[in-house]
Amino acid sequence: MALATKSLASRQSDLSNPKEQIKILSDNESVGVKSFTEKLQQIDLFPLKPTQLDIFQVNVGKMCNQVCKHCHVDAGPDRKEIMTKKTMQLCLDAIKNSTVHTVDLTGGAPEMNPDFRWFVEEISKLGRKIIVRCNLTIIVANPKYNDLPEFFKKHNVEVVSSLPYFSAKRTDSQRGEGVFEKSIKALKMLNEVGYGKEDSGLILNLVYNPTGAFLPASQEGLEREFKKKLREGWGIEFNSLFAITNIPVSRFLEYLIVSDNYEDYLTELVNAFNPTAALGVMCRNTISVSWDGYLYDCDFNQMLDLKFSGSTPQHLKDFNDKKLVERNIIINQHCFGCTAGAGSSCGGEVAK
Amino acid sequence: MSKPYYVDEDLKKFGEITEWQKELGEKYFDYYASVFKEGALTEREKALIALAVSHVVHCPYCIDAYSKDCVQKGCDEEQMMEAIHVGAAIQSGATLVHGVQMMNKVKDISM
Repeated sequence: MALATKSLASRQSDLSNPKEQIKILSDNESVGVKSFTEKLQQIDLFPLKPTQLDIFQVNVGKMCNQVCKHCHVDAGPDRKEIMTKKTMQLCLDAIKNSTVHTVDLTGGAPEMNPDFRWFVEEISKLGRKIIVRCNLTIIVANPKYNDLPEFFKKHNVEVVSSLPYFSAKRTDSQRGEGVFEKSIKALKMLNEVGYGKEDSGLILNLVYNPTGAFLPASQEGLEREFKKKLREGWGIEFNSLFAITNIPVSRFLEYLIVSDNYEDYLTELVNAFNPTAALGVMCRNTISVSWDGYLYDCDFNQMLDLKFSGSTPQHLKDFNDKKLVERNIIINQHCFGCTAGAGSSCGGEVAK
Repeated sequence: MSKPYYVDEDLKKFGEITEWQKELGEKYFDYYASVFKEGALTEREKALIALAVSHVVHCPYCIDAYSKDCVQKGCDEEQMMEAIHVGAAIQSGATLVHGVQMMNKVKDISM
């Protein structure tokens, strides 16, 4: 299958409209499966409620140097939506007065936001743990990014990076030609400053997500294989592997439909519904903030433009962490992606 | 139009064999699940063995299932093709080793 070389938005695809995606996802009857609502009702978990706010995930923009075929953000070099410093300040104000212990920065390539480093420095001053979802290739994309490993180290940032496979063929088929080689180079640069090394305290976690229409196997087995292959092949070390299920949203939804895998994939997700994973879904202790300051239950709901429900303030300027834990989390069929098998979150499996 | 003997939809119905013989069906699926659990061999190694055997027994359902399972468990294309060659080598060896029986028989009846 040909690679997606441009975003859905720039191709003016129908699927770039979140309403169109929701229309497809909501039609569970055509697929012949139960709705996510029914599944939650069966285990007495509907309406789905938050537990408490621990993780504040910020999508600082859709601009990216890569155009991955499965990207749920529909990110790419042609996307210009990025968070302003003013909105970042609203994030800082919200974090300061909340129970948040971790700030998770994502994109696009978050490092491409011109105020990214300022934002990290300011979060660091608040004493919160910082995660940056780094696509690796950005580190070697331009000399101005070459010092990112040192910058991350200075602020004790936990680096979480996607590497779908330990070979060029499968990695490049998902993330673009040459991505594997550049990723290896960037991983070596992170290792050189101590990332992923035992006792350095600098955490480098990798994300495995399947390179096609199938669910991830056990995180433990994959981690063992990745560690062995990356160490033997390139001398690369990392801490943990997070196995993440691809959620049928945006470009991955497009891939499923075009490759005629949509119905089978959805059916597989529904059949693999795990009540224990449902109890631990990340939207119960995480919120997601968009580049323009709106609030969502997760990054996927953000891309589907499903803002906080009911009377819960929907924008950072009205942020109220006490009110937001009272909300009902918005669900649809894509949520089966987080409850299949061992479950899936931005931190990998949720149920052992 | 004639109906094919093998229909991929039938693979999803495999579990239904239990409907006509509950006890044996359930015993089989329990055994099956235990066999493929991680043990002295990893789940990945077992998937590769299953892939090779699937080819040897010419089972299209098993080939579909274990091709996917191998990819899912992190096997690469080279490993999967090598596994099939192992199966093919044993299968052709099993044919060729009977050549000794042929040779014996020919020797028995020859002057």
